[in-house]
Amino acid sequence: MKLREIAHARAGDKGNTSNISLIAYRADDYERLARDVTPARVKAHFGAIVTGEVVRYELPALGALNFVLDGALAGGVTRSLVLDAHGKSLSSLLLDLDIGAPD
Amino acid sequence: MRTIRIGAGAGFSGDRIEPAIELAERGALDYLAFECLAERTIALAQLQKLADPAAGYDLLLAERMRRVLPVAIKNGVKIITNMGAANPMAAGHRVAAIAGELGIGGIKIAVVLGDDVTEALRGSDLALMETGETLADLGSRLVSANAYLGVSGIVEALANGADVVITGRAADPALFLAPLVHEFGWAMDDWERLGRGTLAGHLLECAGQITGGYFADPGKKDVAGLARLGFPLGEIDESGAVTITKLSGTGGAVTLETCKEQLLYEVHDPVRYLQPDVVADFSGVLMRATGPDRVALSGARGSERTGKLKVSVGYRDGFIGEGQISYAGPGAAARGQLALEIARERMAIIGVTASEWRYDLIGVNALHGERGSAANSEPNEVRVRVVGRTDSRRDAERIGNEVETLYCNGPAGGGGVSKSARENIGVGSVLIDQSMVKTTVSTIGARVQ
Repeated sequence: MKLREIAHARAGDKGNTSNISLIAYRADDYERLARDVTPARVKAHFGAIVTGEVVRYELPALGALNFVLDGALAGGVTRSLVLDAHGKSLSSLLLDLDIGAPD
Repeated sequence: MRTIRIGAGAGFSGDRIEPAIELAERGALDYLAFECLAERTIALAQLQKLADPAAGYDLLLAERMRRVLPVAIKNGVKIITNMGAANPMAAGHRVAAIAGELGIGGIKIAVVLGDDVTEALRGSDLALMETGETLADLGSRLVSANAYLGVSGIVEALANGADVVITGRAADPALFLAPLVHEFGWAMDDWERLGRGTLAGHLLECAGQITGGYFADPGKKDVAGLARLGFPLGEIDESGAVTITKLSGTGGAVTLETCKEQLLYEVHDPVRYLQPDVVADFSGVLMRATGPDRVALSGARGSERTGKLKVSVGYRDGFIGEGQISYAGPGAAARGQLALEIARERMAIIGVTASEWRYDLIGVNALHGERGSAANSEPNEVRVRVVGRTDSRRDAERIGNEVETLYCNGPAGGGGVSKSARENIGVGSVLIDQSMVKTTVSTIGARVQ
């Protein structure tokens, strides 16, 4: 099962750092997100795209996680040579993460 | 309890204008705020001002004001905007002239100054957080340094009776927090309320991004009417509680999902959302849908400001040259790959020197590299993209020109070349003490011609 089945996401940029929110559609699925979508898994999933650390913030009341990916924007929106300099499309890459069978 | 209604008229400099007019016409608004300055916008505006001292403000300012001002003034809606960019004073005079042309007299236009700290910081040993280069290292490459101002100048302008307030660089939420501080008389050390007002501003500042823009994902998140997307308005009471909604009959949607996505947009630690006037804390925010396209938010908090201001530093950062060409049908990806290999070899043969290169196949790996589960499927169309960072415009131009030669010298069936070469303005940031910035307000009267 892809994350996209149970959660939605939005990417934002500041300098060379991308933040991606990950929000459960149903409150019941938040625990699964918190358990399965660890910073280490996100870092591995993004591979060479993220050169720095991945930090996760938890907002259980909203059923949301916030991932901060340092060094994910190829130098930052004003310097980057990549097609999507803002990293807007990175939210879709996060939702492509496979988290195994539904609970 | 008394409620102030603030609309968001733009979320970026090129944003649609009709939604702002709709809000001014039938939003029963007290204020309409236009947030139009991205990180780099002000540096580019500084370059325009260097070329022409009367320029350097938002390129859509005149068109927006011509269309919005008559409705706003008729309905008593005050306008707050950072469309002054690098030249707020010139923007103020332009708005006054437009008001005159439209026969709108007796209005006050206030200009907030003080964000431009370029000369104060030139040669400074402050280092950019992103690259570690100091402003002294940048030398004559430094183009601009603009501090993110808080609410004080805007509040002063409103207290002076301004109908239109124009700023340069200001913290985006400050455009919305300022009228709340003015209307409700919030103390500048009432961290809780400043935190809540910051939440309202943060939710509204990107306009359509909370009403269904930057959100739709067919089959998972369907949004109707994006071509007629309504921009949001916030109803904020004296305690700082906010309800986000939009006008009936407009496209889009205000839901818990749109509000959650926008709450975390460009936020790092939700406990410490750093602003010039307050450190806002969004971690305890609660949301409730209270009607169709109505979401009420509470639970934001705040703590004491840091006393530091972030400064956006713009600098000349070399040139970027780019060329693209497309391939389609059976074997498209292999031909695209061959084109990239040829281009790479050609850049070496003709001696284009670049400090950084990208060789992308759009449709395969341009956005997510080799990640992504669909990366191995065979696309019907690919677009080759070659980009390099160079020291000279000439070298930047040679990149696109070389890609263009793939028409006659590359793989079969290559078409649709595009190429570009531009000077790049990089933007970095430094922190300075708040005391280094002196905010002043200047008022311009509009005279009917």
